Amino acid sequence: MVIDKQEQRMIKYLRREVLPTTFCQGCGCGTILNAYVKALDDLEIDPREVVSVTGIGCSSWIPSPNFHGDTLHTTHGRAIAFATGVKVMKPDMKVVVIAGDGDLIGIGGNHLMHAARRNIGVTVFLVNNFVYGMTGGQSSPTTPMGIPTASSPYKNIESPFNIAEVVSACGANYVARWTTYHVFSLVDSMKHAIQKKGFSFVEIISQCPMNYGRYVKRRTGVELLQYFKENSINVEKAKDMSEDELNGKFVVGELIERNRREFTEQLRVLNKKIIQKNLG
Amino acid sequence: MIKINEKLCKGCSICVYFCPVGVLKTSEKLNRKGYFLPTPVREDKCTKCRFCEQICPEFAIHITDE
Repeated sequence: MVIDKQEQRMIKYLRREVLPTTFCQGCGCGTILNAYVKALDDLEIDPREVVSVTGIGCSSWIPSPNFHGDTLHTTHGRAIAFATGVKVMKPDMKVVVIAGDGDLIGIGGNHLMHAARRNIGVTVFLVNNFVYGMTGGQSSPTTPMGIPTASSPYKNIESPFNIAEVVSACGANYVARWTTYHVFSLVDSMKHAIQKKGFSFVEIISQCPMNYGRYVKRRTGVELLQYFKENSINVEKAKDMSEDELNGKFVVGELIERNRREFTEQLRVLNKKIIQKNLG
Repeated sequence: MIKINEKLCKGCSICVYFCPVGVLKTSEKLNRKGYFLPTPVREDKCTKCRFCEQICPEFAIHITDE
């Protein structure tokens, strides 16, 4: 691989023929791709040892044409189901799922919950931009209450999912939440999540200027990032705050870390026992 | 040195607004696709924190050690 000195260092991990990316001007998906390849570069992981699994949606385009490694672009909402299969057959490989909120929570919510319950060694980066961006900005399970969207033009009257809390309650080993403004913390969290045994989950709050921003009168990526910057509260600070004070704020930080036993490890132990029993 | 890749930049100005010391400015220059590119105006103040390099969604800006 020849590195051109005039290029950004991380472009060596991308397929040059698809650049520039297909994302809109000011979209957060590119920032997440940037953080993802930086995390792999810092950990010195060979891209051939990583399988990136994606579903359907804008955020599923993060690794699928752009990242120069094995990618699996699957059906809508089933990214974790495919990733489970890859991890069971190839337990030594790093399996990373990158998909959006509509894909992983809306369509495939059950897969997410049960993967966390099983504690299978898959890393999930959930890109939360609050709407179904690719199809025009319909309301998703994470759309905040009182926000107008394409499918709820007066306002959204449903309560949103606090998905990081749901996944940690289901039993994931590592759960964190960051926004696309906190890039350095995001890279550190991604590195930790990739290395962590068991189910690790990072919710990344991202901006969608085209299909979310225009309904909330923040039409550019800069305005949305400024909003994230002003409304983020670290989890340590948020502990002392009441629920009313935290309304409309983003609690960022590492939410949970535990060490439950991993699924494929237990599966191999069981396999060994059965083979020994049948042979001896 | 701050280098901007004219082929990749989409002119979202995130690097301009979020640079902690205000090194960059949106220029009058258009690239081939019609986006206004950022340009370094106070390059001597750059502390090489590489925030712009990390937040850029298009891999279009980078800092060299020169």
